[in-house]
Amino acid sequence: MEGLTLSDAEQKYYSDLFSYCDIESTKKVVVNGRVLELFRAAQLPNDVVLQIMELCGATRLGYFGRSQFYIALKLVAVAQSGFPLRVESINTVKDLPLPRFVASKNEQESRHAASYSSDSENQGSYSGVIPPPPGRGQVKKGSVTHDTVQPRTSADAQEPASPVVSPQQSPPTSPHTWRKHSRHPSGGNSERPLAGSGPFWSPFGEAQSGSSAGDAVWSGHSPPPPQENWVSFADTPPTSTLLTMHPASVQDQTTVRTVASATTAIEIRRQSSSYDDPWKITDEQRQYYVNQFKTIQPDLNGFIPGSAAKEFFTKSKLPILELSHIWELSDFDKDGALTLDEFCAAFHLVVARKNGYDLPEKLPESLMPKLIDLEDSADVGDQPGEVGYSGSPAEAPPSKSPSMPSLNQTWPELNQSSEQWETFSERSSSSQTLTQFDSNIAPADPDTAIVHPVPIRMTPSKIHMQEMELKRTGSGNSVLDTLNLRSDGYSSSDSFTSDPEQIGSNVTRQRSHSGTSPDNTAPPPPPPRPQPSHSRSSSLDMNRTFTVTTGQQQAGVVAHPPAVPPRPQPSQAPGPAVHRPVDADGLMTHTSTSPQQIPEQPNFADFSQFEVFAASNVNEEQDDEAEKHPEVLTVEKASDPASSLRVAKTDSKTEEKTAASAPANVSKGTTPLAPPPKPVRRRLKSEDELRPEVDEHTQKTGVLAAVLASQPSIPRSIGKDKKAIQASIRRNKETNTVLARLNSELQQQLKDVLEERISLEVQLEQLRPFSHL
Amino acid sequence: MAKNYPLYIRSTPTENELKFHYMVHTSLDVVDEKISAMGKALVDQRELYLGLLYPTEDYKVYGYVTNSKVKFVMVVDSSNTALRDNEIRSMFRKLHNSYTDVMCNPFYNPGDRIQSRAFDNMVTSMMIQVC
Repeated sequence: MEGLTLSDAEQKYYSDLFSYCDIESTKKVVVNGRVLELFRAAQLPNDVVLQIMELCGATRLGYFGRSQFYIALKLVAVAQSGFPLRVESINTVKDLPLPRFVASKNEQESRHAASYSSDSENQGSYSGVIPPPPGRGQVKKGSVTHDTVQPRTSADAQEPASPVVSPQQSPPTSPHTWRKHSRHPSGGNSERPLAGSGPFWSPFGEAQSGSSAGDAVWSGHSPPPPQENWVSFADTPPTSTLLTMHPASVQDQTTVRTVASATTAIEIRRQSSSYDDPWKITDEQRQYYVNQFKTIQPDLNGFIPGSAAKEFFTKSKLPILELSHIWELSDFDKDGALTLDEFCAAFHLVVARKNGYDLPEKLPESLMPKLIDLEDSADVGDQPGEVGYSGSPAEAPPSKSPSMPSLNQTWPELNQSSEQWETFSERSSSSQTLTQFDSNIAPADPDTAIVHPVPIRMTPSKIHMQEMELKRTGSGNSVLDTLNLRSDGYSSSDSFTSDPEQIGSNVTRQRSHSGTSPDNTAPPPPPPRPQPSHSRSSSLDMNRTFTVTTGQQQAGVVAHPPAVPPRPQPSQAPGPAVHRPVDADGLMTHTSTSPQQIPEQPNFADFSQFEVFAASNVNEEQDDEAEKHPEVLTVEKASDPASSLRVAKTDSKTEEKTAASAPANVSKGTTPLAPPPKPVRRRLKSEDELRPEVDEHTQKTGVLAAVLASQPSIPRSIGKDKKAIQASIRRNKETNTVLARLNSELQQQLKDVLEERISLEVQLEQLRPFSHL
Repeated sequence: MAKNYPLYIRSTPTENELKFHYMVHTSLDVVDEKISAMGKALVDQRELYLGLLYPTEDYKVYGYVTNSKVKFVMVVDSSNTALRDNEIRSMFRKLHNSYTDVMCNPFYNPGDRIQSRAFDNMVTSMMIQVC
């Protein structure tokens, strides 16, 4: 007796229904919608309907083939009669009335029952896992053939006669063959030796060939018993076997029914999967897994903690190592818990393994838990696996992922900066530098960081400062710009001290990535920090200041240096004043070199430069800051450009350089633009100092001397860390240039003096003879 | 005590496993020393450990300690143009990540030898990339 034998009446009835549902007249496939309608009309509870669908393999296949349909109908009848839904019940239940559909006719119920004489195998004993009742085996056989047939749905309908027979050939082997069956028919992906079912397979195989005729059974006959389908899970891992085993182990109290359904589901799945990727989970399988999942975790959107899953899977009696591997594969988000998807994948793998399939090295695509809610994984990620995470508090990967996204979302900058921080912290040894670093790092915004290579040691060290200086000079403008930008942007994000401070510090820091130790540590007396202030000061201010206060500034600068300590406003006040005079001096001295031009040039240059920079960078910042400390800014700017100009001059050439200095000054000035007011202030002082220096050296010795004098008094702006350092570096550089120029001039003077001396001596010589004479 | 058994040991091409085993053990002492030394920062993310430079063998040993006192020790030949500190650090980070993944597995009992294939693969890839 084969799987599904239908009485004539049933047959007719079923085929009627089939055609009813087969609106597309495919003769093979029935539209799901119709079928569902039909089933609903059967007035069965939904889960029963679902189960029926599972059992008949429709869920697996995704459609209702004739066989499935018939099986389903039969199951409906079974269900309606009150019998538990089981694969076997299809055949065992005798006298089953025809399924009743509300809208449909169900005359042949009685006849239906009659046909189910044979197969009295009361299966029931699925719990035993392996040996399905012999009758079942037969059925299976039949189903196997059907299975084979079914896949080739097209092929069916040929040999009505034999099919029934062939299955019966292998009754003895049924239990095992059944299982193997599933694999066999479709050519079996793997003739793996199922537990105990090895031997049976071969005979089954023979039966198989024999039962190929069973194809016909499909169409003509009663639809192959569902079991066949299930059985012939050729390709899919013998989930059925496993399932049977598993359920046995896992759910000891599982009813046979469940097992049966599971098995059948698996089988069907297997069959379908014979077409597809062997790792694919069929619908029925999935259904089963979902059910299992529910037993552990009623909420389908939740997930199973690791310990529960561990127990569950341990029941499958796989070695721990393999389970561990399975877990690794299936726990996609590495959170120590399994979502539904992950659980299904894991279950599937367990089934496969049980059936002899080797575990893959990587999770097969079809098992990837992307099907189910990504939000699940997200959620899961968010909840660092409660169970799994015993150790590693620090870097639980899941915590990383949620943290990262959150970081990213909330603080994109900070995120990067946090990375930088990390880098920094790793690099910098001292903790104290961290604080300083913060500003540095934070600003390390990618933007600024890009400009100014980030990792610079915070430790205020001379080396760094020098580096900074170099960097500054090198990338002065850009740095300043970025600094400006950064400072503004960062002041908000930075965790630093006061904002203004921060701004200044940002700038400074950025500039002097290396160190915070401000000029104090700079080897040469750091020249006033004109640059910082310059950078900060908006071009406008500078220009204004410049034009207005040029002369005064110089003086102010000179006066300023001594008043270094009180950086803030007080310095500013004197600053400007100092600057002015200094500037004036500078201007005056520059007469030869068109001092007017110089200050003006710087102005121009500054202006344009500032504009350029300001425009390009965060102009507003500068302006704002400039506004805040207009005086300072202006002074600084004035001094800065001037000083920078001069410095540039010194650097580049010996003589005029006015033009050169102007642009150079401008550039330098622009760099100082970046730093915010605070540093500006400081810079102001330094600028003042510097300016005088710069001016001096151009002016010649007297001025130079003054400058030199001022230089030493240049400040120890400590506070500002980076800015200070940067400024000091700049100042130092400027001082260097100034001094170089001074030197050259002095040399010149020396030469002159020597010449004079020579001439005088000559004269003396000449006179002497006279005297002698 | 007997607590310092290795959870995982893997060697590069030379396959002088025993020798490396020994080196690792000896370095454990130094690692412990460092751990006890640093009071404030309990977890030193990375601990560059260039101390053990034998003239003959000329290898470097790097140590790394996690929060849970699991130590990773890496021994590299100096002939290998001295990996940069960043690389070492990133390698340790990867190791740590893989280790946490292994930990997540409920089937893994802390203290067992690590048999995770993923972990193996990761380590192999790292070693290949280095050598």
